[in-house]
Amino acid sequence: MAKSSIKIRSSIIGDEAKVKCLIRHPMESGLRKSKKTKKLIPAKFIQEVVCKHNGKTVMTAQWNGTISTNPYMVFHLTEVKNGDMIKISWVDNTGQKDSIEKVMPTPKKKRK
Amino acid sequence: MNQNRRILLKSTFAAGATGLAISTGLLTPKTVLAAWPKAAFEAKDTNAAIEASLGSSSVIESKDIKLKAPKIAENGASVSITVTSKIAKTESISIVIAENGTPLAATFNLGTTTKGIVSTRVKMGKSSDVIAIVKAAGKLYSTSKNVKVTIGGCGG
Repeated sequence: MAKSSIKIRSSIIGDEAKVKCLIRHPMESGLRKSKKTKKLIPAKFIQEVVCKHNGKTVMTAQWNGTISTNPYMVFHLTEVKNGDMIKISWVDNTGQKDSIEKVMPTPKKKRK
Repeated sequence: MNQNRRILLKSTFAAGATGLAISTGLLTPKTVLAAWPKAAFEAKDTNAAIEASLGSSSVIESKDIKLKAPKIAENGASVSITVTSKIAKTESISIVIAENGTPLAATFNLGTTTKGIVSTRVKMGKSSDVIAIVKAAGKLYSTSKNVKVTIGGCGG
C-alpha cells in the first residue's frame, strides 16, 4: 500500500471524538519566488478538505495558500461510536487528490 | 457609505469576471470547483473577503468566541490558531488575517454533529490582527487578536 499523504490520530471520550489530521502537501501560495530561477513558483494548495463520518459529510474546509505547508487541523465530532468510519479527502488547485479512511478507536470513559 | 459602495462594486465586478471567464471557457471546470469561492479567497481587502465568502460584512463582536493564537509568533510560516465557538448552531468558522495579501485563510463548514472547535496553522506575512468569524443562524460574530511576527525571533 502506498503511503497516504494524510495522517489521522483520534481519541474518543464518551461520544465525542477529537480528530487530528496532518496532510503532507507543499501548500505553495503562488507568490513565492524560487531562489535559483528567480521565477514565481506556481501555486499548488489544497482547496477543499471534506470529512465524512459513516458516509455523512460532517465538515468541509475551504483553504487557500495561506494555510501552512503540511497543513494540520483539529476538529471535534460528536455522536461517535466504536467502529465508526471517518473518511478525509482533499483536492488541490491542480486537481490532485487523496483520501484516507479510518476506523475510530475504542472510546475512553468520561473522566469524572 | 462610500466605502460600502466601493466594496459592493468591487465584489460584484469580481464575481462577474469569474463568471465570464468560466462561460468563455478560459478556465477549465477542473480548476473551478463549484464550492470553492474564488472571489472570496482572492479578495485583497478584509471586508470584501468577508462579504464575498459569507454574504455580508456586518459582523457583531462576540465574547462567546475564543481565539487562541500566540502573542508573538517566531515563525510567520506556521502560526497555530485555535477557534472555539460557544455560540449555538455554529455553521461555519472562518479565519481572516487582516494584513495578508489575501486576507481570507480558511473557512470550515461544520455539520450538525461537529463541535465549534477547529485549529489549524496559517502563514502570516507580518504582524497582523487575526480575526475569527463565526456564522451561526445566519448571523456573523467575530473576535480578533493581534499576533506579532518576529522574523529572527528577537522581540519586536
